Amino acid sequence: MARSVLLRHLGLAVLGLVVVVLVLESTSAFRNAQFATMAYLGIAAGGLTVLTGLNGQLSLGHGALMAIGAYTTALLLQDQQLPLVAVLLVASAVTTLIGAVIGVAAARLHGPYIAGATLALAVAVPGVALYFNDQLGGEQGLNVFVPDVPGWFADAVYFLSAQDVSGSKYVAYVGWLSLIVTFVLLANLSRSRVGRTWRAVRDDEVAAEIAGIPLGRARVLAFVVSAACAGLGGAVMALTVRITAPSGFTLTLSLSLLTAVVLGGLGSLTGALLGAALLTFLPQLVTSLGLDVGLSDLQSAQLAPLVYGLTLALVILLAPAGIVGSVRARWRRQQERATHDYDLPTTTAPPSPARTPGDEPGGDK
Amino acid sequence: MTRTWTTRAAMAVCVLTAGSLAAACGAGGRPDKDEKGGSASDVGITEDTVTVGAHHPLTGVAAPGYSEIPDGARAYFDFVNANGGVDGRKIEYLVRDDGYNPTNTSQVTNELVLKEEIFAMVGGLGTPTHSAVVDFLNKEGVPDLFVSSGSLQWGDDPGAKPFTFGWQPDYEIEGKIAGQWIAENMPDAKVGLFLQDDDLGVDSEKGVRRFLDDQIVAVEKYTSGNTDVAPQIAALQAAGADVVMGFNTPSYTALSQLVALKLNYEPKWFYSSIGSDPALVGSLLARFSEGAVKDSASLLDGVMSTEYIPGVDVPDNPWVQLWQRVWDEHGKEGELTNYRIYGMSHAYAFVQTLQAAGPDPTREGIVDALEQIGSDLEGPPLAPFRYTEDSHLGISGLQLVELKGGVGEELTPVLVTDLGDAPIEEDDSATEDAPPEDGIPDVKPVG
Repeated sequence: MARSVLLRHLGLAVLGLVVVVLVLESTSAFRNAQFATMAYLGIAAGGLTVLTGLNGQLSLGHGALMAIGAYTTALLLQDQQLPLVAVLLVASAVTTLIGAVIGVAAARLHGPYIAGATLALAVAVPGVALYFNDQLGGEQGLNVFVPDVPGWFADAVYFLSAQDVSGSKYVAYVGWLSLIVTFVLLANLSRSRVGRTWRAVRDDEVAAEIAGIPLGRARVLAFVVSAACAGLGGAVMALTVRITAPSGFTLTLSLSLLTAVVLGGLGSLTGALLGAALLTFLPQLVTSLGLDVGLSDLQSAQLAPLVYGLTLALVILLAPAGIVGSVRARWRRQQERATHDYDLPTTTAPPSPARTPGDEPGGDK
Repeated sequence: MTRTWTTRAAMAVCVLTAGSLAAACGAGGRPDKDEKGGSASDVGITEDTVTVGAHHPLTGVAAPGYSEIPDGARAYFDFVNANGGVDGRKIEYLVRDDGYNPTNTSQVTNELVLKEEIFAMVGGLGTPTHSAVVDFLNKEGVPDLFVSSGSLQWGDDPGAKPFTFGWQPDYEIEGKIAGQWIAENMPDAKVGLFLQDDDLGVDSEKGVRRFLDDQIVAVEKYTSGNTDVAPQIAALQAAGADVVMGFNTPSYTALSQLVALKLNYEPKWFYSSIGSDPALVGSLLARFSEGAVKDSASLLDGVMSTEYIPGVDVPDNPWVQLWQRVWDEHGKEGELTNYRIYGMSHAYAFVQTLQAAGPDPTREGIVDALEQIGSDLEGPPLAPFRYTEDSHLGISGLQLVELKGGVGEELTPVLVTDLGDAPIEEDDSATEDAPPEDGIPDVKPVG
């Protein structure tokens, strides 16, 4: 069974890779840049959805963790010594380390108190960048030197599509490759023993403890994994945005990630991806739509957060389990009804066990 | 169930992979010669349009005041378009909101350059925001004209940023000119500096220290976004500063004035030009004090500042009369303000530059044109531009004024200088520039 899950996830990853190549090669440079944005939001939201959806810890500080990844990347890329892969790995490793420290503190807290502690993190981290003005560039931040596209990579893409790789396309590829790797790891993790212990801790602490699960360790581990994702997301963000400045990592970023996760459906990686897509594309689409129907620049700019807010409100009202969660729940109900009808003449079907929507990460159904 | 699913996925992967490989068969290897496609130099230009773009904070903390700049620029471009455009082309001006967040600036600039395919960026606003995109614009070869920020980095190294041009007097020369005046006229003053903690503070402190190094008793910095400046102002008071020079944004002029009122601290104030617009500071004062400060214009009486373009306080100036006409004909609701004039002024300079680039402007061509004739352009600025091959810095000088009832009274003639130890000299050559009769410049193409 375990092997087939792994196979399935790897199969999906290859499928995803093919889709990424097809999409990136057939869209414009501007869309490529947007896909890069979607990738870094997706990576961070994926980590957050595992933490909040599977382990029940609410973090308002993931924007700050992204900042740590982004600043690490910016610093490492300044002397251009390390290959990009190593930079991404170091960035997520550093964030993991800091995430572990925070996780230890957070594991002692519950519900709103974790939110409060991580909120403090979100507020404090941009201040650190200001305090270490000389090393971290203060208010103006650090410019990120995006490495040139490696020759072999450009040649490989050219071989496939006869198109040259622009800087923004390269970053989009880096982002999506990172996203696929992250999602495969997260999906596997959440289907494994570790994922089951996380869910057990989320659903009933007492029962989990009686079953022999160390609550603290499970919580810290979830936080660490989630922080690693946020760090990687931040690293890709630095490459995409080309600057890391405190004003890019305000509380708004952390809250946006949370809205992405809620929109898509807590605990679902597909949902995280969907939320990241909405976060990336919706404001720009709404703004250009506003401009097309003749609104002024200011009105169109104000329209974007309005529509996003309305979407969020509607999703919460109509699909409280998030878009993916609700669609999945409905699909499951229909399946059950079909089975039920079919079974009825011969035997009484046992009541299906109640399942929380969004129980299945990975979007792998 | 799982197995059939796996099989199906595997099938799909095979089919898609095969398909994409087949589709790619035409490529395989690179052609021997690296062909350059159609010259990218005419992106954004058609027979009857020129598309330019800008990023501005239309929403968020930096929006008050600054969001009026693109209104002004748009009004002037509409005015030019209504009178036939430039070489028969209408100027299409696209503005995107970045909320003063560099992440957003990067996204909207991608949109402007890659999707809307603008010919040039005109007047993109903000130091941290524009830093996020300046390398990208130069890499893509997009002319990046008249950045709305006084940071040195837009013009002091044209080799590294060949497509970027500054606009307003940089913070260093503003600091030099103000510093020299105080050194000469208040030699016994104890000077305190109130600085924004970024290029604005760093560059201007460099300029001020050139003349006031011995007189400075305290340097206090604030971080944009943190609205509590009481500790800084109290420290200046404790150090006994009787002249405070603020290089800060308008919100912090209002905040520092309110704190000083509370502390009963009454030094002689100087605020840099970007932080001293009386109308905006007045409205901010009223808002921050929740109505307690009403007669705000008089609160700024006696405050020193600088001016480098004529503003609404001199309604008889021919340039201001032109801007009033433009605003009446093509503006939106609201009055003409200094920020709208700022936008119109750089729009005017863009029209001049476009004319200089000739009937078939190219991206390189417009940069060359600006380097050649930039320092001779006659326009609203009180001092000439410094554009040459070696410098892309903007306006070369300014004059010191003292505010009285919201009007700036001249303390000095127009003083011009440059970075480093360049001397400060009087230069009124540009103050007599008058606008053309029809309000549209007529610059001859270069070369």
